[in-house]
Amino acid sequence: MADVAIPRAKPQMIEANAWTQLKHNRNWLGFWFMVPAMAFLIFFLAYPLGLGIWLSFTDTRIGRVGQFVGTENYEWLWDDSIFWLSVFNTLLYTFVASAIKFAIGLYLALLLNENMPFKAMLRAMVLIPFIVPTVLSALAFWWIFDSQFSIISWSLKHLGLINQNINFLGDTTWARICVIFANIWRGVPFVAITLLAGLQTVSPSLYEAATLDGATRWQNFRFITYPLLTPIIAVVMTFSVLFTFTDFQLIWAMTRGGPVNATHLMATLSYQRAIIAGQLGEGAAISSAMIPFLLAAIMVSWFGLQRRKWQQGENND
Amino acid sequence: MTDLPTRSIDLKAVLSGSSPTAAKDDHSEGMSYLQSVPRRLVTLYFPLTIIVVVLLFPFYWMALTSVKPDDQLLDLERFNPFWTWNPTFKHFHKLLFESYYPYWLWNTMYVAICATMLSIIASVLAAYAIVRLRYKGANLVGGLIFLAYLVPPSILFIPLATVVFQYGLFDSPLALILTYPTILIPFSTWLLMGYFKTIPFELEECALIDGASRWQILTKIVLPLAIPGLISAFIFCFTLCWNEFIYALTFLQSTSNKTVPVAIVNEFVDGDIYRWGSLMAGALAGSLPLVILYAFFVEHYVSAMTGAVKE
Repeated sequence: MADVAIPRAKPQMIEANAWTQLKHNRNWLGFWFMVPAMAFLIFFLAYPLGLGIWLSFTDTRIGRVGQFVGTENYEWLWDDSIFWLSVFNTLLYTFVASAIKFAIGLYLALLLNENMPFKAMLRAMVLIPFIVPTVLSALAFWWIFDSQFSIISWSLKHLGLINQNINFLGDTTWARICVIFANIWRGVPFVAITLLAGLQTVSPSLYEAATLDGATRWQNFRFITYPLLTPIIAVVMTFSVLFTFTDFQLIWAMTRGGPVNATHLMATLSYQRAIIAGQLGEGAAISSAMIPFLLAAIMVSWFGLQRRKWQQGENND
Repeated sequence: MTDLPTRSIDLKAVLSGSSPTAAKDDHSEGMSYLQSVPRRLVTLYFPLTIIVVVLLFPFYWMALTSVKPDDQLLDLERFNPFWTWNPTFKHFHKLLFESYYPYWLWNTMYVAICATMLSIIASVLAAYAIVRLRYKGANLVGGLIFLAYLVPPSILFIPLATVVFQYGLFDSPLALILTYPTILIPFSTWLLMGYFKTIPFELEECALIDGASRWQILTKIVLPLAIPGLISAFIFCFTLCWNEFIYALTFLQSTSNKTVPVAIVNEFVDGDIYRWGSLMAGALAGSLPLVILYAFFVEHYVSAMTGAVKE
């Protein structure tokens, strides 16, 4: 603060003015307000992002500084069948899980939007899978899908549908189905509750008007609910796709990529190569290979948002 | 960029289930009278029951396994696996007194609270500056922060591991406290920007005329009005921290320093055939704090979640 005790009045005044001006300058103030957040994001997000891409062009290993090797890591990955298998798995996992999450999530949102007793409690309960840490619920699934003591095998056997236990996490097809199921289970509440929030902005008078005009329930959904919901669907699904694509913890807790790499996603493969095998450069190349896919997802999100503004008839904020 | 005031989603309504504002006046029961009870039974209650049962079954199974005696766990023929008449707290006892579990719980709590506090402070300042100071390039920075939200930890953990190692933070909780905010700040900044926008600008103008500094405006006017938003951000960040796995798995090594999710996956998974009881007890004990928190702040959770996708 300005030091008032000094007797020389006139120049002091000017200095104080300059300081006061600075104090009220938006850009100057804004800069200082942004410092903490920016420091975190630059040092621990932007810098590592760049560093990751740089590492993918080196042969860095744990405990040893790497040399620049050009695109050697990528060339090596290009011929690596396990890498391509992980790309296939990731795409399959993302596509199937997101599509089903969307379908069930939308259905559940529509159901929860109806009038019924204990509605608030039901909605609160539906969200619980989203609250519990993924790894911990994945462990529950691991136990549910145990090869010997699976409750599902037991129930099916007692219903007389199968004769012997299903080897849920030991068989490649079953393992894929199981991890996808667990991912859907975890993702549906998020999709449902956010779509429900969107559903509640739709005015019921629209449905009433349509019903008076003789619209069926399906037509109500197809021509009122769905078009009004598209913007929020675009955003929710972008997030859902993004987080499914980069999933790590569910797979790591349930299968660690096995059996025979059938459930290895790109994220788990990069962890295995970089941290467990120590080949940081190669792992970084695998995770950098995810970036183009993520960019595609972000573009979708961006266009989704644009469309939303257009639908609301708004210009820029 | 954001348009919260124009189309705010009624969060109370999401949970309490009352129809949106437009419909509040007369038709609160909507058109449901058009449907007969049997029809509603088939199209509404039946599918809803199935979905809710599937969603909650793993937790029931987790809880049941954690109190079952070992012999009943593995003998599915003599005992009905869906229930137990002689629950035991052996698994919890083992967890609390014969393992590092209390340490892990403490580590998780400590890291989550510190990282959340740091992120909230940084986000409040950033969100206020973006929304209200409107400095040059504020919109651009807002957009960049949104992009930062979309950068997943799975592509950052490898370079971050080298950074953490360089700074000498490896195997210390500080590594997590400093890296978690990169996940939390974009989210909570975005959420708080929405809340700050709903606070009338006139209040601040009055304060400015009365000679308040920006700092005074922030702490004495904006923050008290944004308390619901702060709670939402805090709880959601806390949950995200608790849930975080890949950083904790990569940056921590010694058993006593681990967080609950990592420790359970790594330390309890031995060849022991009787591990299931304590494994499930550990998973249950690790989820309970969050579920209890959730039970008290359901609305804030939902508002944080919907706020995150609103834009």
